[in-house]
Amino acid sequence: MELFLHQVLAGLATGGIYACMALAIVMIYQAIAHLNFAQGEMAMFSTFIAWQLLQWGLPFWIAFLAAAGIAFLGGVFIERVLFKPIHKAPVLSQIVAFIALFAILNSLAGFIWDFNIKTFPSPFGAKPLLGSGLISTHDAGMIALTVFLLVMLYGFFGYTRIGLAMRAAAAHPESARLVGIRVGWMTALGWGMAAAIGGVAGMMIAPIVFLEPNMMLGILLYGFAGAVVGGLSSPGGAVAGGFAVGVVENLAGTFIPYVGRELKLTIALVLIVAVLMIRPSGVFGRPVMTRV
Amino acid sequence: MANLRRSAAAVHVGIPLWALGGALVIALVLPLLLKSFVVFQLTLVMVYSIAILGLNLLTGFNGQFSLGHSAFYAIGAYTAAILMDRWDVAYYWTLPVAGIACFIFGFLFGLPALRLEGIYLALATFALAVATPQILKFSLLEKFTGGVQGIVILKPDSPPGLPINADQWLYYFTLAVLIVMFAGAVNLVRGRTGRAMLAIREHPIAARLMGINTALYKSMTFGISGLYTGIAGALGAIAVQFVAPDSFTFLLSISLLVGLVIGGVGSIPGCIVGGLFVLFVPNLAEHVSKGLAGAVYGAILLLVIYLMPSGAAGFARLIWARAGSARFKSSVTEGRTP
Amino acid sequence: MTIRRRDFCVTAAAGLAFLNTPAWAQKKYDSGATDAEIKIGNINPYSGPASSYGAIGKTEAAYFTMLNEKGGINGRKINFISYDDGYSPPKAVEQARKLVESDEVLLVFQSLGTPSNSAIHKYMNSKKVPQLFVATGATKWGDPEHFPWTMGWQPNYQSEGRIYAKYILQNHPNSKIAVMYQNDDYGKDLLQGLKDGLGAKASMIVAQAPYETSDPTVDSQVVTLKASGADIFINVATPKFAAQAIRKVAEIGWKPTLNIVNNVANSIGSTLKPAGLDNSKGLVSTFYHKDASDPTWKDDPAMKAWSAFMDKYYPDGDKTSTHTVYGYAAAQTLEQVLKQCGDNLTRENVMKQAASLKDLQIGVMLPGIKINTGPRDFFPIEQMQMAKFTGERWELFGQIISGEVGGSSGS
Repeated sequence: MELFLHQVLAGLATGGIYACMALAIVMIYQAIAHLNFAQGEMAMFSTFIAWQLLQWGLPFWIAFLAAAGIAFLGGVFIERVLFKPIHKAPVLSQIVAFIALFAILNSLAGFIWDFNIKTFPSPFGAKPLLGSGLISTHDAGMIALTVFLLVMLYGFFGYTRIGLAMRAAAAHPESARLVGIRVGWMTALGWGMAAAIGGVAGMMIAPIVFLEPNMMLGILLYGFAGAVVGGLSSPGGAVAGGFAVGVVENLAGTFIPYVGRELKLTIALVLIVAVLMIRPSGVFGRPVMTRV
Repeated sequence: MANLRRSAAAVHVGIPLWALGGALVIALVLPLLLKSFVVFQLTLVMVYSIAILGLNLLTGFNGQFSLGHSAFYAIGAYTAAILMDRWDVAYYWTLPVAGIACFIFGFLFGLPALRLEGIYLALATFALAVATPQILKFSLLEKFTGGVQGIVILKPDSPPGLPINADQWLYYFTLAVLIVMFAGAVNLVRGRTGRAMLAIREHPIAARLMGINTALYKSMTFGISGLYTGIAGALGAIAVQFVAPDSFTFLLSISLLVGLVIGGVGSIPGCIVGGLFVLFVPNLAEHVSKGLAGAVYGAILLLVIYLMPSGAAGFARLIWARAGSARFKSSVTEGRTP
Repeated sequence: MTIRRRDFCVTAAAGLAFLNTPAWAQKKYDSGATDAEIKIGNINPYSGPASSYGAIGKTEAAYFTMLNEKGGINGRKINFISYDDGYSPPKAVEQARKLVESDEVLLVFQSLGTPSNSAIHKYMNSKKVPQLFVATGATKWGDPEHFPWTMGWQPNYQSEGRIYAKYILQNHPNSKIAVMYQNDDYGKDLLQGLKDGLGAKASMIVAQAPYETSDPTVDSQVVTLKASGADIFINVATPKFAAQAIRKVAEIGWKPTLNIVNNVANSIGSTLKPAGLDNSKGLVSTFYHKDASDPTWKDDPAMKAWSAFMDKYYPDGDKTSTHTVYGYAAAQTLEQVLKQCGDNLTRENVMKQAASLKDLQIGVMLPGIKINTGPRDFFPIEQMQMAKFTGERWELFGQIISGEVGGSSGS
């Protein structure tokens, strides 16, 4: 029983990482309706920028906000310069453009900062929470920050004019233009926000997994899985999905005899696909309706 | 409806016979002129082209987005390796076996995948690609798969009497397989099955209303797609003479996708361009800059997407159309019938 | 009479000529070697999941640049051609063929990774090109009988596992062991060595938890291992995961009586500092070369020379990473082999000289550790020494131990 509890908590802690990432992924999906393969690398690159700022002596929260800001601008820049020219291109071509961005960011990060692991400080400290060995203060802080971001986003999309404008631009670009919404800039804003959230996710994740150019690869996969399982149209669902993936994977790895240990990842993925079979648009997602 | 006509037109590959014949002659003569190792590279290009064609049939012609084709490639490769290494089967027999195994697997995977669309299907196939190396390393299967150490295969020798070396023989063998498979694909997409596939891609509901059994066709396309990529995998294993879980990570799936897009989604000859790109451009990028090879590769990729958003085939079609309209205009002004 | 004198003269002349043979002792070359240069090929993962190991190739390239500035080896410059295989076996095959058939190198040096080396193993031997000092510790590279053109370099993983097993049997014979290992050839090899070393007492291992390089954290594995009730924890992981594990062990309040970390991840700078120096106190590991971030070697002349080399020729390199010391030592070993070849730069002679290293001491290796090879001994480095971490530095203890696994030494 104690092992079960520990694994659930460890799963929630890891799941927090996935949830953070899933939020960034859903954010960008809301803005552009595509899978952004480069999301993880953008997050990693922003975290490296934060690290560099810390190396140059800036205090933590300044570096944090600066990096998030730089990430935001970077996201806007990438959208306006790299993706605007091809936004009429077929979907698959755009996805390949994301892959190209992935390769560029990964290679650049390795070139500038090399591949050895670096420590990244946590603003929440790394002590066990409440003295128990169950969960650390950082893990708790990360989960709290993710939930906070989630609530902010919910408020933003649901209740602010810009949020509504963004949703309109993503869902019905033509109609949105007709009511005076600058669709191009809304998309850029979406990218910027997604990049910033990704950067925050990276800075939350790095203290746990150590900072290095390849740190986001596995996380991106789990983040996708969590986001899709939760439902790509629902940020709350994506976050829940991220936590679920973390917990399920841990429990599968620990308690399924013989195969659990070695096939942890496989089992988690099988379960995700199984969930999709039952609810093809994700657990909390709204099925997409199209006019026939 | 206009969409469908355009798609159908895209299928009637407008490559004139003389161009095809010329390409064939060049392909036949090349290995006699080039170094062994370049012949090896070209063999791999053909292998990737067949694999990309498999992906093309599913994603390009049938609209089902797959990121999991490295799994089919791996199954084909391991089938060939296990047959050749454990049971001493001759290399040419491994191809049909690999093909059938992958067809069955593809069909079975396609059945539940019927319920999934777009991104959700992409994730399911992505999950397949990511899980494959882990399954290949699984210790309970080690007896067959060789586990993390992989399996080493012997390269088949050229048949006695022919004055060519093993590399050249493998090249010609692969070329023959390529021609057969490409011809098969052209036949498939021009026929009823192909039109059904395209109809399902463009407008699944209308297709169903017209009486097309979408479920059957979609699963079958998955199976056929798997078969193509599986056979490519088997050929690849024979050419490289080694299979290991690390050879078949999801990065391979990504490469196949890149090759598909660069060649041109929905274009059969484009697959060859895709294969050339996937093999040679990373080498080129490394040549340009050792430290930033990935960044150079990404930059080249972006450049190609900007210049040719519909891939090489789309680009070629554009040029051909412009040339065609120029001829039309000139013939009209001169009063000739076009 | 005259004839006999003539005969005598002719015979004498011939005899003298015979004696003089060493003087015209031809320079013998295979492709890749000329009067002016020696072409050396290398395959390293500069991209992909194993890209951190690319530092080894870069260090070696820098070393040969330095050698060239000093005049090269026996007057010949080294042309070091290194290609990226992204840790993918098919790419490794392509690059190996390029090096051998297109660049026509004399030998391939320090190709990295067991899968990549496995993929080119047969090819290199069939082409009779040396696959020298491969950069992997897998046990199968020392098999001169079947693969005379392939030779390893570093102590193999099974030997390391056996060393830990022996230590445990001697000092903690009644304990329970928990192992965390990377789920690939290297992790499984070390685990196998551990099991073999424990022999009949292999049941001391009560829990083993594999992880994938794509796993973000190994927290779950550590939690499971603690729950097994083991009091010995063995960490068979690469720096990132080893650091995570060491930190997690401390975080969940597990205090094993013995905490072992494997050689690959024992650098203070790249593993122990991120893990937390306090958390790493008491760690036990094995060494064969010096750790650049260990204060013990602060004034060591060999390490100082290495540091100067890094500053001048590879300033972007990470001095705390074991890869840079490793690459340096390997390059020096090759330097010795090529020097021994003299003017006879055939591939056969390269292998012959590589198999005739006697008590070669390289400065950055631990004192007392010597490189030895022979026609039946293709394991250049077989010795290691154990050390315990004081919280500040590694304190060597005990004797230099010889590994016992290998094709030549049986078992």
